Amino acid sequence: MKLDSKIPSGPLAEKWTRHKFNVKLVNPANKRKYEIIVVGTGLAGASAAASLAELGYNVKAFCFQDSPRRAHSIAAQGGINAAKNYQNDGDSVFRLFYDTIKGGDYRSREGNVYRLAEVSVNIIDQCVAQGVPFAREYGGLLANRSFGGAQVSRTFYARGQTGQQLLLGAYSALSRQVANGKVKLYPRTEMMDVVVVDGKARGIITRNLVTGAVESHSAHAVLLCTGGYGNVFFLSTNAMGSNVTAAWRAHKKGAFFSNPCYTQIHPTCIPVSGDHQSKLTLMSESLRNDGRVWVPKTKAIAEKLRKREIAPKGIKEEDRDYYLETKYPSFGNLVPRDVASRNAKYVCDEGRGVNETGEAVFLDFRDAILRDGEDAVRGKYGNLFDMYEKITGENPYKTPMMIYPAVHYTMGGLWVDYNLMTTVPGLYALGEANFSDHGANRLGASALMQGLADGYFVAPYTVGDYLAGLPYDKIPEDHPEFRKAEETVKSRIQQLLGIKGSKTVDHFHKKLGKIMWNHCGMARNAAGLTKAKEMIRTLKEEFWSDVKVLGTGEELNLSLEKAHRVADFLELGELMIDDALHRNESCGGHFRDEYQTPEGEALRDDENFAYVAAWEYLGEGKEEALHKEELVFENVKLTQRSYK
Amino acid sequence: MSWVSKTLNSTLGKKLLMALTGLFLILFLVVHLAGNLQLLLPDEGKSFNIYAETMASNPLIRAVSIFNFGFIALHAIYSAILTRHNKKSRPVGYAMTKGSANSTWSSRNMGILGSLILVFILIHLRGFWYEFKFGEIPYVTYEGVTYKNGYAVVSAAFENILYVIVYVVSMAVLAFHLSHGFSSAFQTLGINHKKYTPFIQKVGVGFAILVPALFALIPIIMFLQSS
Amino acid sequence: MNLTLKVWRQKNPSDKGGFKTYTISGISSDMSFLEMLDVLNEDLSDKGEDPIHFDHDCREGICGMCSLYINGQPHGPQQTTTCQLHMRSFSDGDTITIEPWRASAFPILKDLVVDRSSFDRIIQAGGYISVNTGGVPDANEIPIPKVISDESFDAATCIGCGACVAACKNASAMLFVSAKISQLALLPQGKVEKRERAEKMVAQMDAEGFGACTNTGACAAECPKEIKLSNIARMNREYFSASLSTENV
Ligand SMILES: Cc1cc2nc3c(=O)[nH]c(=O)nc-3n(C[C@H](O)[C@H](O)[C@H](O)COP(=O)(O)OP(=O)(O)OC[C@H]3O[C@@H](n4cnc5c(N)ncnc54)[C@H](O)[C@@H]3O)c2cc1C
Ligand code: HEM
Ligand code: SF4
Ligand code: FES
Repeated sequence: MKLDSKIPSGPLAEKWTRHKFNVKLVNPANKRKYEIIVVGTGLAGASAAASLAELGYNVKAFCFQDSPRRAHSIAAQGGINAAKNYQNDGDSVFRLFYDTIKGGDYRSREGNVYRLAEVSVNIIDQCVAQGVPFAREYGGLLANRSFGGAQVSRTFYARGQTGQQLLLGAYSALSRQVANGKVKLYPRTEMMDVVVVDGKARGIITRNLVTGAVESHSAHAVLLCTGGYGNVFFLSTNAMGSNVTAAWRAHKKGAFFSNPCYTQIHPTCIPVSGDHQSKLTLMSESLRNDGRVWVPKTKAIAEKLRKREIAPKGIKEEDRDYYLETKYPSFGNLVPRDVASRNAKYVCDEGRGVNETGEAVFLDFRDAILRDGEDAVRGKYGNLFDMYEKITGENPYKTPMMIYPAVHYTMGGLWVDYNLMTTVPGLYALGEANFSDHGANRLGASALMQGLADGYFVAPYTVGDYLAGLPYDKIPEDHPEFRKAEETVKSRIQQLLGIKGSKTVDHFHKKLGKIMWNHCGMARNAAGLTKAKEMIRTLKEEFWSDVKVLGTGEELNLSLEKAHRVADFLELGELMIDDALHRNESCGGHFRDEYQTPEGEALRDDENFAYVAAWEYLGEGKEEALHKEELVFENVKLTQRSYK
Repeated sequence: MSWVSKTLNSTLGKKLLMALTGLFLILFLVVHLAGNLQLLLPDEGKSFNIYAETMASNPLIRAVSIFNFGFIALHAIYSAILTRHNKKSRPVGYAMTKGSANSTWSSRNMGILGSLILVFILIHLRGFWYEFKFGEIPYVTYEGVTYKNGYAVVSAAFENILYVIVYVVSMAVLAFHLSHGFSSAFQTLGINHKKYTPFIQKVGVGFAILVPALFALIPIIMFLQSS
Repeated sequence: MNLTLKVWRQKNPSDKGGFKTYTISGISSDMSFLEMLDVLNEDLSDKGEDPIHFDHDCREGICGMCSLYINGQPHGPQQTTTCQLHMRSFSDGDTITIEPWRASAFPILKDLVVDRSSFDRIIQAGGYISVNTGGVPDANEIPIPKVISDESFDAATCIGCGACVAACKNASAMLFVSAKISQLALLPQGKVEKRERAEKMVAQMDAEGFGACTNTGACAAECPKEIKLSNIARMNREYFSASLSTENV
C-alpha cells in the first residue's frame, strides 16, 4: 500500500485555501442526516464535536472521565502559540511554520505545519470570543510571552492554567451543542473497538464504565481524539487515565501507527520520590528563564548530598558544575527540552545526581533572588514555588529546587493524511492522538495549538468532504460486524477476569514502564532495545497468564479498566521498540547513542531517514510491516540544530 | 405575574425574602429598642407609657406592626421551607464533619437560633403585647390624660428572675443570629464589594452585639431596681 | 507511619453501604493521599478483596476529578485537592475517616465515587457564550481592563470538583454556579447574554436538587481554587436584575 498524504498542490501559502475551496460540501439540510462519533473531549475532541454540531451534524461524544471538562488537556500550563505578531517582534505565519519544522528536527510535513501556523491566529480569536480569560496588559490588550526558547513572543497564556482555560472554552461550546440537542454526551464510557464495514469506519464498541454494558454505536464517521500514550512509561506527566487503547484498537483494525518512538521528555519535572510514586508533576519550563541548573563537580560531594551529610547551600561555587551554561554558552539553561533532559541524564548517570534516588539535578534560584530580590522572584514564579513546596515539602526560596526529566508528550500516533484521515476511510485522528505536526520533537505551546487547529478549523472541512460522498443510511447496530466486534470485546473482558492470577495490573504496568524508561527513554541503543523487546514479550506473556483482575465486568471496576489499557500498552511498547530500533539516526526526541556528533549532539541522517515511519498491524504475534512516507522539503533547508 | 412567582420560588428568591424580611426586622429592632430604652428613664415609666400609647393609636404604626407580624411569619415560614429543602439536598449526612474548620457556629445554626427567637417572640407577645391589648391593665394619669400603665406590667414581670433570664438568654441568641444574619442579608441581596463589605461586616458585628445587649440591659436593670 | 482508615464502602448505587476499617503501615510522608490509597488498594487486591474505588485523573490538582471527604472536610485538612494532599499533613497512629461527597444531586455510584453530571447539566443550561466556530472578531478588537480580566480569571479557575457542595451544610452549588456566571458576566463578550444565563443556570441548579445558600462561607473556605464568595453575590445580583428586567420575560 502506497501512503498518500494528499497534500494539495500549489505554493505552500495557498495549499489550505485551495483545499478548502476544493473540498466537497454537504448541503445544510442534509447535514442532520449524518452521524459523527467523536471519541475524546480534550481540546481536539471538544472543539471538533462542537464545531461539527454547529454545522448541523449529529454528534456523539465519548470520554472516560465523569465529565468532558476533565480531559487531560486541562493540565497544560504554559501557553498556546499563535502567529499574531501582536508584539511587533517579527513573527509571522512563515516564522511559526519554520520554527515548528526546525524544532521538529525536520521530521514533519511542510503542508500540515504551514496550515497549523496559518490557522493559529483564528484559534486565539475563537477562544477570546468564547470568554477564555487570556492574560492582558494594562492597556486591555492581550499579553504574550516567549516560551520554550523561541526568539519571538508569540505565546498566549492564562496564568499557569492555559490548558484549563482553553478546554473550558471548548467544553462550553460543546455544552451549548448538548443543550441544542446536536451532541449527545457519553461520559464514563470507554471506546473498546472500531467497527469497520466494507473497508470504512462505521462505528465503535464502547463499555459503560459504570454498568459495564458493552454497546454498539453506528455512525458515518469516527474521530479519535484520545490524546497521547505517554503512560506506556507508567510514570509520566500525563493523567492517570491517559491511554492508547482507542488508538491501538484502531491500529489493529487497519490504521497505521506512525513514529511511535518519538517521545518528548520534559526536563523540569519534580523528581521521583519513591516506589509509591504514581505520576510525575511538571514544573513550568519558564523556570529555566531564571533558575540555574547544576550538580556537584564530583561524585564524592554528590554522595554526601544524597546521604544528607551536607546541604546544597554549603557547596562552594568552585565545586558546582553549571553544566548547561558551560556546554552551551549561547543558550545556557534555555536549550531545547530534549537537550536539557539528556544532559541531566548524563550527569546523573555519572553518579552526580543530588537526591536520595540519584536522579535529580538542582534548579537554583539563589542568584536570581540575590539579583532581583525574593519579591520579584515570587511575583514571577510564586504559584510554581508553592506547588513545589506542597508536593516536596521543601521551600525553594531557601534551598534549590530539584528537578528531573519526565515523559511528557508523544509525537507519534496514528498516521493521518492532510485531511486528518487515517488509513481506514472514515476514521480520523485529531490532537495528540495523531502523529501529524510535530515531527520528532514538539515545541512548547504547540500541542494546544494543534489540538484546537485540528478540531475547530481542519476537521469541520475535511470530514464534510468525506461525508459528501457517503449515502445517508446508517449501518444498523445489529449488523454482523457490530455483533462480532461486541463479542470480541466481551470475550476479552471475560478472558481478563478469568486469568485470576497472582499479580496486580499495576505490577505489570510498573515493570513495563521501567523497561521503556531504561531502554527506550532519553537515550536508546540497539543492544538495549533488542533486550527490551525480549523483556516486553516475556512480560506480556506473564501478564496474560498471571494478572489478577478482581470483581466482575458488570460494575464499576477500576482494575478491569486498567487491565485493558495495560494490555494495549504492552503491545504498543513493543512497537515503540521496533520503531526506535529501525531508526538508525538521532532526531529530536529520539536519541540513539550510536548516532551522535563528536560533541555528543543528535546526528540526523536525512539521506536515509527523512521519512515518516508508518506501521501496519498484520496480526497477533506477527512483526508489523513498515511503510515509509517520504518527507519532501521545498520551502526550508535542512540544517543541523546547534545551541552552542 | 408568573415571573414573580418564578423568582420567589427559586432558591435565590426564597433567600431574597429571608433577607428582605430579616432586614426589615433589623430595622424594627432599632425602633423597638428606642422605645424600650425609655423604660429606663427615671420617670416611673411616664415617657414609656406615653410613647406606647402614641404608637398604638397611630394608624401608620399600626399598619407597620401588622406588616411586622407578617414579616416575622414570612421569615419563619420561609426559614422552615428552606431548611426542609436544604435537608432534602443531603438526605444522608456525614459520619464526621468539621464545620468549625470552614464556617462560624452561628451561620451553621441559623435555624435553631431562629426557632429559639420565635419561641421568645411568642413568650414576649404573650407576656406584653397580649397583656397590653387584651389583659387587665392598670391605668395612670399624666397631666389629666389617662394612659395604660404598661410600665407597671413590665416592671412587675421583670421582678421574676426566671423571666429576666429568659430575656437575657434570648437576646444572646438574637446576637448570634444577627452576628451572621446582618452581613448575610447584604450578601443575599448581592451587595458584596471589595471596599464596602468589610465595613458592612463590622457594622453587622457591632449591631449584633450592641442591640441585643441594650435589649438585655432593660430586664437586668429593672430587676436590680426592683430588688 | 501506621494509620487506621475508616472508609465508606458501597457496592453500587442501590446498596446501603457502610464503613469498613483498615489498617495500613509503612506510609511515607512524601506520599500523596491518593498514593496512600493506591498502596492500600494493592494490599487489598493481594488479599483478593475488591479495591476501594475513588475518582482521580490528573493528580495535579487541576482536572477536578478527585474528591473524598476526609476527616470531616472535603479534600481533607488543607485547602487543596485530595490529589495534592500529602501524608505530611497526618501523623503516625492517626485514624482517618474517608467518605464520599454527600448530596442528593451527587448520587453515589460505588464506594467513594459519585456522579457529578448535574454540574455538566448546569453548564449546558447556559454556562457559555453563544458563538459558533469562525466568524468572530479579532482577539484584540475588544480591550478588556486587566483588573476585570483578572477577576474573571479568578472565577474561571473553578475545577468543578464539587467540594463546595460537599462542604456546604445545605449541599448548595452556589459557588460553582456563581463562578461560571461571574466569569462570563464580567467579560464584555459574555455580558450580552448575562441575564438569560443567570436565570437558566439557577433554574437548572434548583432542578438538580442542590440546596439554598445560608452564606456560611464553608464553600469558599474549602474551595481548592479559592473561588470567592463575592461571586455568589454577583450571581444574586445578576439573577434579581434578570427577574426585574424587561429584556427577558
Ligand atoms: C502537564 C502537561 C503540561 C502541558 N503543557 C502544555 C503547554 O503548555 N502547551 C502546549 O501546547 N501543550 C502542553 N501540553 C500538551 C497538551 O496538553 C496535550 O498534548 C493536549 O492537550 C492533548 O489534547 P488532546 O485533545 O489531543 O487529548 P486529551 O486532552 O488528552 O484528551 C483525550 C480525551 O480522550 C478521551 N479518551 C481517551 N481514551 C479513550 C477511550 N479509550 N475511550 C473513550 N475516551 C477516551 C479522554 O477521556 C479525553 O477526553 C502539556 C501536557 C502535559 C501533560
Ligand atoms: C428579630 C428577629 C429576627 C431578625 C432580626 C432576623 C434577621 C435575620 C437576617 C438578617 C437573616 C439573614 C438573611 C440572609 O441570609 O439573607 C436571617 C436569617 C435567618 N433567620 Fe432570622 N431573624 C429574626 C427572627 C427569626 C426567626 C423567628 C426565625 C425562625 C423561626 C429565623 C430564622 C432564620 C433562618 C433559618 C435564617 C437563615 C436562612 C438561610 O439563609 O438559610 N429568624 N434572619
Ligand atoms: S467552586 Fe471551588 S469547590 Fe466548587 S467546584 Fe469550583 S473549584 Fe470545586
Ligand atoms: S486528580 Fe485531578 S484534581 Fe485531583
